[in-house]
Amino acid sequence: MTYAAGVDIGSTQSKAVIIDEEGNIVATSLDDTGANVIQAAEKVFQQALKAANLREEEVDYVIGTGYGRYRVTFGNDQITEISCHARGAVKMFPDTRTVIDMGGQDTKAISVSAEGEIVDFCMNDKCAAGTGRFLGAAAQALDLKLDDLGVTALQAEKPVRISTTCTVFAESEVLSWLGKGKKLPDILWGVHQSIASRSMALLRRVGIEDKITFTGGVTRNVAMVKALEDRLETKLNVGEEAHYMGALGAALFALDHILNSRKPVSEVA
Amino acid sequence: MADQTKSKEIVGRGARDGAELFREWFSSLSDVAEKDGKNAYVFVMGSMNEILKAFDLPVVFPEINSLQTAVRKVAHEFLDEAEDYGYSPDICGYVKADVAVQLRGGDHPMGQIPKPSMAVYTNACNTYIKWAEIWERMYGIPIFTLDVPGTRQGGVVTSRGERSFENDRSYVEAQLRELITLCEEVTGKKFDIDKLREVLGHANDVSTSWSRVLELNSNTPSVFNALTDGTIYLGVANGFRGTAAGSTYFKNLVEEMEYKVKHRIGTLTDEQHRLLFVGVPCYPIFRRFNEIFAEWKGTFVNSTYLWFASGGTNRGFQYDLNRPIESLAEGVLLSVRDAMDSMFHQSMMVEEMLRDMNVDGVVYHPIKSCRTVSTGLADSRRYLMEQCDVPSLFIESDMMDKRVVSEAQMKNRIDAFFEGLETRRAQQSAVA
Repeated sequence: MTYAAGVDIGSTQSKAVIIDEEGNIVATSLDDTGANVIQAAEKVFQQALKAANLREEEVDYVIGTGYGRYRVTFGNDQITEISCHARGAVKMFPDTRTVIDMGGQDTKAISVSAEGEIVDFCMNDKCAAGTGRFLGAAAQALDLKLDDLGVTALQAEKPVRISTTCTVFAESEVLSWLGKGKKLPDILWGVHQSIASRSMALLRRVGIEDKITFTGGVTRNVAMVKALEDRLETKLNVGEEAHYMGALGAALFALDHILNSRKPVSEVA
Repeated sequence: MADQTKSKEIVGRGARDGAELFREWFSSLSDVAEKDGKNAYVFVMGSMNEILKAFDLPVVFPEINSLQTAVRKVAHEFLDEAEDYGYSPDICGYVKADVAVQLRGGDHPMGQIPKPSMAVYTNACNTYIKWAEIWERMYGIPIFTLDVPGTRQGGVVTSRGERSFENDRSYVEAQLRELITLCEEVTGKKFDIDKLREVLGHANDVSTSWSRVLELNSNTPSVFNALTDGTIYLGVANGFRGTAAGSTYFKNLVEEMEYKVKHRIGTLTDEQHRLLFVGVPCYPIFRRFNEIFAEWKGTFVNSTYLWFASGGTNRGFQYDLNRPIESLAEGVLLSVRDAMDSMFHQSMMVEEMLRDMNVDGVVYHPIKSCRTVSTGLADSRRYLMEQCDVPSLFIESDMMDKRVVSEAQMKNRIDAFFEGLETRRAQQSAVA
């Protein structure tokens, strides 16, 4: 049996996915990236190997992706998370024409053609507004767990409007709303609305075309999914593996490499 | 097979000689500063070098002084100084670096910059006008705005003989005559029309050669990198236009490029992706920026910068030495108008480059500092994507301010752009 792997080293979390030669996911792994990126990459890969009950030498090709892709020292190649998220999204949802990937430090809007080719992409620039970090700042200000944010936000009755686009200033704005006696869910829904608004700007730049697939760590946040769906007025593709989409895309590229290397030279484009 | 000795002598000569000319130029400016000599501050889009050189006035390009601080990785010191003085972080980085140079009494990494005796500028950039007013207030010098009528509508270009063109030419000519009077007052010299003819002759040589050099890069492999090498040539084209040294330099440069074409000596050993650059270079990481593209075997074969920042001399306009002032007015009108078109109607310019240069992709580089150049790039890119089916990349940073240049983010986008280019190429090969 042939196996390929993708290791996605993000700013906040590292992910690994191992797939078989049919492209089926056989194992996933997730951990915080922390300060030692090389170690984080090794750790998630080893965890995935263990989950798949495989030895390292049984995985034929490994591709690193994410900001830390060049620190995946055991990897065979590197591909950007932009290409990998698009590849993973199209694999899981072949009707995908637009991808919105929301991670810890950046949000990407990617437009893909019917053939799966990236037509255009756009990312937040030099600022973490509209990313997972914005939610992290709000959670910290409100002394909440990140995983509780979404559920709490969905209980909003009279949402507030968060006007700042700066992650740092958002914290002060959240506190000022608290000071004015606003309810927690109303403030949190405002935070989610603010992020959705920033994401819409990125999506409009690449052109919004159905179906839209939502990927990245923030997909776990139910309020974020709802906020985006409300704005887009459409149901998003959100799969169970959405958090691992970058690593999955990398694994699929790795599998391409393995299968291409087996073809006679004349068949390889 | 190229002769090794000749190859060593000729290949790279443009870069070597250009650097030497630059050192000499800044050294001569230091001499002017030391003697408190007369000089004129000018800009790249319509420098009026031709008239100023006819009065033997040394020219100072504050834009070039400013970008040199970024290339030499000290721009932040100058920007901080201007911001401490009160300038907003949002003001053009070139202006702020120059303000700091003035506040330092002319101290600059390349030498001593003299205080201006006068400033001459066109309306090609609105900041030029406000910038010159700073010197007017600082030094009480005369400043001269040359108002050059631009293209009224993209694609509607008037030419010699048409009434509106002749009106525009007369309007420019009248201003040139005013400028000549001003130069006489500043220098105390009488205008010498034969001296102007001599300068125009040299300027003709530079224009002819510059347009030829740009044209030669349509060859594969490309013979110079429009972003790195091209910027050196551009500096010489601006600083030495109208001089014998400039004329000789560009004749030699044409010889170098023709030699490289003949012997298929490219900028990269394995050129895979031919790119166009739209905008102003990222000077804070000038070399590194290009390296990120070169790592993917991508090279820049042309750039709108080489058009608009050469004052439109890419068109190779030839002055008629039998009617120097009238012809100069016509040349200024056409060249500066073309420079403005390269900024304001990029789509047409880029389409022209796409036709001629066998291009695989276009890189748009809007910058925080400059609204004049950057506004409209998004539209231009959308138009290009719809009309030309050519992949493009949009990366934002600055030409001076390292605070808004994030190399890691930039590399991520560039890598993804090339991944897309390679996927596209593979798919096209598979179909073929």
